Order: sequence, then structure tokens, then C-alpha cells
Amino acid sequence: MHHIEIRNVTLVYDTPNGRVPGVRGVSFATAPSEFLCIVGPSGCGKTTLLNIIAGFLAPAEGEIRIGGKAVTGYGLDRGIVFQDFAQLFPWRTALGNVAFGLEMKGVPKAEREAIALEQLRLVKLEKFAGAYPHHLSGGMQQRVAIARALAYNPAVLLMDEPFAALDALTRDEMQRLLAEVWRATRKTVVYVTHNVAEAVYLADRVIVMTPHPGTIKAEVPIRLPRPRDPLSVEFLDYQKQLLRHLTQKEEAR
Amino acid sequence: MKAVVSFVVAAALYELVARSGWFAQALVPTLPAIAATLWRTLADGSMLNHAVATVYRVAAGLGLACATGLALGVLMGRFRAVEAFFLPLVNVLMPVPSLAWAPVFILWFGLGNTATILIVFYAATFPMLLNAWTGVRAVNPLWLRAAGAMGARGAELFWKVIVPATSPFVITGLRLAFQRAWIAVVGAEMLAASDFGLGWVIFDAKEFLNADVMLASLAVIGAIGFAFERLAFGALERATVMRWGMVRAAKA
Ligand SMILES: Nc1ncnc2c1ncn2[C@@H]1O[C@H](COP(=O)(O)OP(=O)(O)OP(=O)(O)O)[C@@H](O)[C@H]1O
Ligand SMILES: [Mg+2]
Repeated sequence: MHHIEIRNVTLVYDTPNGRVPGVRGVSFATAPSEFLCIVGPSGCGKTTLLNIIAGFLAPAEGEIRIGGKAVTGYGLDRGIVFQDFAQLFPWRTALGNVAFGLEMKGVPKAEREAIALEQLRLVKLEKFAGAYPHHLSGGMQQRVAIARALAYNPAVLLMDEPFAALDALTRDEMQRLLAEVWRATRKTVVYVTHNVAEAVYLADRVIVMTPHPGTIKAEVPIRLPRPRDPLSVEFLDYQKQLLRHLTQKEEAR
Repeated sequence: MKAVVSFVVAAALYELVARSGWFAQALVPTLPAIAATLWRTLADGSMLNHAVATVYRVAAGLGLACATGLALGVLMGRFRAVEAFFLPLVNVLMPVPSLAWAPVFILWFGLGNTATILIVFYAATFPMLLNAWTGVRAVNPLWLRAAGAMGARGAELFWKVIVPATSPFVITGLRLAFQRAWIAVVGAEMLAASDFGLGWVIFDAKEFLNADVMLASLAVIGAIGFAFERLAFGALERATVMRWGMVRAAKA
């Protein structure tokens, strides 16, 4: 059974300088609770693809189904985390941010705050529930964003390079934390990155995209036990394999 | 501290000129004379009555201006059609000084509160409108996407996302609108009000060469304007956009 199904999706941007393809004929599917990574060079259409799945952009061709139902816009069945730290609402505390989705759903205050606090605990930030985003570090803000996307309990979590702007040490820590959160919540995750090591560390399966305009180049299942050791030979082999897929294309062009 | 020095020096210079005998005492009264007049008019309640009349007109005009400017500005920022319809009108009406409308409003509504409030309203609407409009267009699109993905729609999206997201602009708009309103009200009272208001007092005092009354009223006008600017808007800013880190504090 598939959870997310993408069939032959194409999107073209209309710009003042003409039509720019975003993604071209992309198809793939995920199983429920699968952690899927999408890697590809900058500008290949990863963000575009994620925004289509999120429902922010409507594809020119093709269709998206989630749990068998066609996607026509955004909805509470999908939680989203962006790359930009500025995604949090600066006028709300960490707790207020995390509780926002539940508030929109009409969950009573006491209940939604209890749930939000629980989510903050999951990302180890319960002590900072009352802090405003500008008093949190970049890594903490991204953890709040993850908690916020999980709080209203969507079946799917969409993440667009959430840790790309963090320093290497913090990023490693975030990846470990995310792996834990995923194990605890069993969401279906679509995770965009251009960091090959990150993909091998997190994913059940990695989709490699060609350079712009992006299509799917290869699918690589990562068959490694968790928690994964980034220094093991097998881990490095997977990394090499993904890198080969990424660079091959460029030679072909 | 430096501000105190500026005031003391300026006051001393004024006092020097007033006591020099170059000008008639009635035209350039000394500071103690102005202070005495101020005290007398405060004590007998007349200054307070005038101030209340002026503040009432500003509040009414500014209130109307904020409601109109905010609503229209936000709608223009959100909807292309509203923008396309109102923008040409705004562009043409905005450069007309509000006082230029005074004779028109007096003709239509007679002397009194209505004409005065309308002049204030006209002066204060545009800064509010422009700031709200710009603010909405400057909202970080990620906030709108995130809010939309979490199910925010309609009134909830407006009050819980768009209003706080535009607050740095809206507060600046409010400040500018207040300043414009406060400037406009004094002029408007000189032309369109009768018997009450600080602007009217100044204008009326001219008839009797009461320079001390004029200057005492000016002091009250300045003090009220200063109090609003520093206390009301400063406090609003500290409680909102500064607390949220959307705007940093002024470097004193
Ligand atoms: N809003 C837009 N308007 C026009 N063209 C766009 C827009 N957004 C993206 N594009 C184009 O679509 C292509 C794919 O962009 P996208 O942002 O999806 O790439 P990406 O893979 O996420 O890149 P990165 O790794 O740098 O984030 C790019 O060539 C870009 O020029
Ligand atoms: Mg991107």
C-alpha cells in the first residue's frame, strides 16, 4: 500500500523572462511510515516538488494522492518545515507557535497547550516554552518548527532542508534528534536535502534528481540498521554511490 | 541628560531675549510670565477644557482614520482588484493638504467639531493606509504558508497572522498618523472651530495681543504631543514589536 503517490508531475513557472520549468515528469511513491529523502543539485526542483506535495503549488500535469485521495490544496494532513528560521511567528512564544495548528482546529486552550508542551519535550525544548523565537538559536528554532509541524498530528511530515543553514555540529545533533522523533512518531517523511551524508543517515530510501529541470535519476534504498554509524564502511559506500549518481549526470550534460 | 542641557540653554537664550528690552514685554513675555499664565489657566480649568476639546477631536479623527486606513490598506495589500481601484484615488487625494479642505468642510458642515474632525481624519488617513498597505505586502510569505498549512483562514488568518505580522508597519503608521493629526488639529481649530480647542485659543489670543496665552497653549500642545509619542506609542512598541524582536530598540 502506498501512502503518498506522485504520478508524472510537471510544473512550469511563468516568469517575466519566460517560462522556466520547475520539475519534469516526476513519479514516485512512499510506503506508510517511510522516511524518504530527495537529493539533487541546487536549482533542480526539490523545493518545487515539496511545495507541490504540500499543496502550495498546483502542477501543470500529473497528480498527487495521499492515502488514496487526490491533493487539491494544503491541509492539516501534512506538516511542513521550511529551511528558513524565519518560518516561526515572532509574535508567539515557542509554545504559542507549536499550539497554533491546534488553535486553528478549535482545540481548547488547556488541552492544546498540554499537547504543545508534549511536542516541545519531544524536541527537548520544554524549558523554552515561554521564549520568543528571537531568543532561540537557529537550531532551537528549527526544533520548534518541527514540533509545530507535528503538533496537530499530520500523517505526513514534509521537510525542506531544515538543517541546511546550521553549523555542522548542530546539524549532526539535529539529525540524531529527528531520527529519534521519527522513530517515536512513525510519520511518513519526505525530506529534501542536498547533503548526501544526511540522506544516508536518515532515509529508508533516497531519490536522486538530475540537475535542472529535475527528473528522477535513481532510487537508492538504504539498508542499514539504525541508529546508523556515519563512519562505517557501508555508510560511506552508500554515500559514494549517491555521489556517483549526482556527478554522473553533470558529465553527461 | 544631554536633552536637559539643550532645553536649559534654549530657555536661557529665550529669557535673555525677552529681558533685553528689544521687544515689547507683551509680545515677548518672560518665562515666569508664561508659567504664571499657564498655572492660572490650568488652575481655573480653562486650559484643561480646551485641551480636552482638542484631544477629543484628535481621538475622533484619528480613530476614524485608523479604522479606514487600516481596513483599506490591508484590503489593498491582499486583493489586486481593491488595489487597482483605490490606488489612483489615493495617489490623487494624498498630496492635497488637509487644511486645503477646511473651507470646503466648513461650507458643508459649518464651523465646529464635524469640520475639524474631518480635517484631522483627512490628514491622518493616508499615513495609516500607506503603512498598512506596505506592511501587508511585506509580510514574510513563509508565515502565510505556514499559517495556511495549519488551517488558518479568513478572520483568524487576519487577526492572528496578518495583523501581528504587519505590526511594525502599523505602529509606524499610527505614529505618523498621530503626528499628522496633531498638527492638523491645531490648524483646523484656527479655521473651523469656535470657542474651544487649543488651536482656537492661540488664534483668539492674537486678537488681544495675549502672547503669554499663546505661548502657554503652545507649551501644552507640545507636552501632550510629546506624552503621546513617548508614553503611548513607546509603550505599545515595547509591549509588541520590540518584545517579539521584530524591531530593535532605538540606540539611545
Ligand atoms: N517562484 C519561482 N518563480 C520562477 N522560477 C522559480 C521559482 N521558484 C523556483 N524557480 C525555478 O525552478 C527551478 C527549481 O527551483 P527549486 O527552488 O525547486 O530548486 P531546489 O532544488 O529547491 O534548489 P535549492 O537546493 O537551491 O534549494 C529553479 O531553476 C528556479 O530557477
Ligand atoms: Mg530549495
